[in-house]
Amino acid sequence: MTAMRPQDILLPVPSGLCCKAGGFHIDPVRPVERALITHGHSDHARAGHGAVLATQETLDIMRLRYGENFAGSTQAISYGEEIRLGDVTVSFHPAGHVLGSAQIKVSSGGTCIIASGDYKDARDPTCAPFELVPCDVFITEATFGLPVFRHGDAAAEVKKLLASVALFPERAHLVGAYSLGKAQRVIALIREAGYDAPIYLHGAMEKITRYYQDKGIPLGELRPVKGVKKAELAGTITLAPPSATSDLWTRRFPDPVTAFASGWMRVRARARQRGVELPLVISDHADWDGLTATIAATGAGEVWVTHGQEDALVHWCQSKGLAARPLDLVGYGDEEESEVAATEDAEA
Amino acid sequence: MNRFAELLDRLAYEPGRNNKLRLLTSYFREVEDPDRGYALAALTGALSFKHAKPALIRDLIAARADPVLFALSYDYVGDLSETVALMWPKPEPQAAGPDRAGHNNPPPPTLTEVVTTLRTLGKTELPRQLARWLDELDETGRWALLKLVTGALRIGISARLAKTAAAALGTKDPHEVELIWPGLSPPYLDLFAWLEGRGDKPVNQDPAPFRPVMLAHAIEDDDFASMNAADYIAEWKWDGIRVQAVSGREADGRVVTRLYSRSGEDITAGFPDLLPSLHLPGALDGELLVVRDRRVQSFNVLQQRLNRKAVSPKLMKDYPIHLRAYDLLGDEHGDLRELPFAERRAKLEGFIARLKDPRVDLSPTISFASWDELKAARADPASAGAGDDAEAVEGVMLKRRDALYLPGRPKGQWWKWKHDPHIIDAVLMYAQRGHGKRSSYYSDYTFGVWTSSETGDQLVPVGKAYFGFTDEELLQIDRFVRRNTTEKFGPVRHVVHEPEQGLVLEVAFEGLQRSPRHKSGVAMRFPRISRLRWDKPPRDADRLETLERMLKNETAG
Ligand SMILES: [Zn+2]
Repeated sequence: MTAMRPQDILLPVPSGLCCKAGGFHIDPVRPVERALITHGHSDHARAGHGAVLATQETLDIMRLRYGENFAGSTQAISYGEEIRLGDVTVSFHPAGHVLGSAQIKVSSGGTCIIASGDYKDARDPTCAPFELVPCDVFITEATFGLPVFRHGDAAAEVKKLLASVALFPERAHLVGAYSLGKAQRVIALIREAGYDAPIYLHGAMEKITRYYQDKGIPLGELRPVKGVKKAELAGTITLAPPSATSDLWTRRFPDPVTAFASGWMRVRARARQRGVELPLVISDHADWDGLTATIAATGAGEVWVTHGQEDALVHWCQSKGLAARPLDLVGYGDEEESEVAATEDAEA
Repeated sequence: MNRFAELLDRLAYEPGRNNKLRLLTSYFREVEDPDRGYALAALTGALSFKHAKPALIRDLIAARADPVLFALSYDYVGDLSETVALMWPKPEPQAAGPDRAGHNNPPPPTLTEVVTTLRTLGKTELPRQLARWLDELDETGRWALLKLVTGALRIGISARLAKTAAAALGTKDPHEVELIWPGLSPPYLDLFAWLEGRGDKPVNQDPAPFRPVMLAHAIEDDDFASMNAADYIAEWKWDGIRVQAVSGREADGRVVTRLYSRSGEDITAGFPDLLPSLHLPGALDGELLVVRDRRVQSFNVLQQRLNRKAVSPKLMKDYPIHLRAYDLLGDEHGDLRELPFAERRAKLEGFIARLKDPRVDLSPTISFASWDELKAARADPASAGAGDDAEAVEGVMLKRRDALYLPGRPKGQWWKWKHDPHIIDAVLMYAQRGHGKRSSYYSDYTFGVWTSSETGDQLVPVGKAYFGFTDEELLQIDRFVRRNTTEKFGPVRHVVHEPEQGLVLEVAFEGLQRSPRHKSGVAMRFPRISRLRWDKPPRDADRLETLERMLKNETAG
């Protein structure tokens, strides 16, 4: 067989990235017959597909979020394992984004495309580190695709949080964090920084966090915040979904310091807009330096840019002599919007 | 510098006054001299160096970054200094040559290094020095540096708050710090030594220092019920500019005379014609007025003398300046602020008599035996003693006979009883471009008043106005808006509105009504800008409670 053109292998369609030759979609936003899912965030992993192929962790997370019958059938795939689907071969490789997250490699006729989903090259004690996979076409996210987004050292941000806890022992610290991935990473970093007091959890985070613990990720003593007396929360740290931190829900805390762990916190207007008092620049997406370094390292001659600040990243690729174009895929945001629904579920 | 930047960063997000204090005090405790002193200077606006222009910052980034990426980033972030701080590329690690083996990057500059360097640095050296610092600092450090050098360090901290935080180092009364402050200079080694119990209290060497002013509450009809007329002295409230005129003698005998605005700004240079009249040592609290042909002129006439860089002999002749005194805070024997008002008033009368100068006179008291009598006087000042000056009377001041002179707005001591209840002082918050002929000017203004929230005082918008000002005033506001924009959203600009920084607008309106649509709960009918109060710091603008009381009276009557 002669080499296929990349667009003959993967094509953006309204329901997501479609691989006709393999008979599947990657992270489809509408129900499809066969879906390959990169990771468990709800803008990538939706319920209602016929067959789902994903890592065991991603399948478990989908089950936790959507219930037993989230798909017609499921099949788990290990990192590095190759599976033949129609005319193409697929394999999953760690994306370093959240537990179980994967880049999906699709090869056919000597052409290899990586659909990287969401990824980060920064250190994360709660998931397998990003694996660099050489390819011909690299499909990259661009959530933080502007040079103003440089996320720095997450440990330093956690130090900032702990310094604030020490300075305001009579106040509660409320850390907004996406409930899948970010929350557990923040807890792990807090533990690494030597803080060993119990950490409190909003109801919406309990299940998923227990799952991380069951998978052998040490997070120390965690307690549900529900039912704890206001006075007892002085000097403590509670993790909650971002939407809860601007809610009536916060009234149960003594003079709370509202923190938010997100890459968006790099930009002051974004932090102020949310009424955040202690922005923590901690991101599960690659920052600008991470995006550009990864693109260069894959050796890909062609780059497709999706969800986020496509313009700047496409411009950068072109200035480096790489063929690049924005992929107009809709339905992917950052995890923020999908969190709202999750919180409401838990509170109800 | 990075530590100071961290403090600024944290303060910028912290809304609560007490929490801000805690952050500041902990900074002063942890950081050593002289860095903390320069930080205190930066926070109190006591640093002086030539500010860098935005164009210089643009040139710096243009030399380091792709213009398309910069444009996209600036568009997203919306603030030049912040954009540059965030996207400033990491410097290439310097090759480990024979002399530099082992250390790639020089340490970031300290705040002291930045401040002392900026003081002496030539204009041509500035770009290279800034670039070097930007290479050495982290994101927050770069942001703070750029805000500092462009003179845009606005983080919602008043000078008073910073001093209060310093005072807390030694559990001193902030008032004590305030009293010696005019004689101190950065980096305040003597102040910190005293606060930490390592040195004597610094003596205020300034022979003509500013004394923080005492302010009045707006009085409402219900307040009179609990007040005894015999406890009060009443005076006219003049429609001029509140000033403090201070004269003192240097050690060598030379007389120093200064005129301060109510916020302590030295405005001496604008009024050379008044200085010879202030020839006795003392500190007068009074109203600056223009008196022509023995008559006090309107505020609009007085405005010709305000905010002038140069004062021509013609201006001084056409707009003769005058001081009408109503309090004496000190005389040749010392401080009088701890005396009751009635005693200060007696001393003031003696002082003015000894001064014997036509440019300085006494604000007369109004005699009254009951509140009804005072009400009648207020309704007709001309026949109650104000005579020809009645037009410049904007109401009545009530001062308790036993009131000590206390800085700020102490409860139940001084009251102002204004004429027109439909006037408030509000703070400009947002400005929007006008339409048609005015489309190139920011001519639509949203203004707000103070209200207390869980996290301290904050401004709440109470209305919008787009007329009432003169063309000249429009130009002034437009200039102010452009120079003090904190954020841009399409055609709307957020204008700085902090307790110490911002523009106070006197707003006149026809009436008030309840409005659930407004966050403040009240809506004004036909609001218009009646005056620009350049002299008034935003923290002294009116409060929402004042509007609510007006509303109550309105619906009751
Ligand atoms: Zn994700």
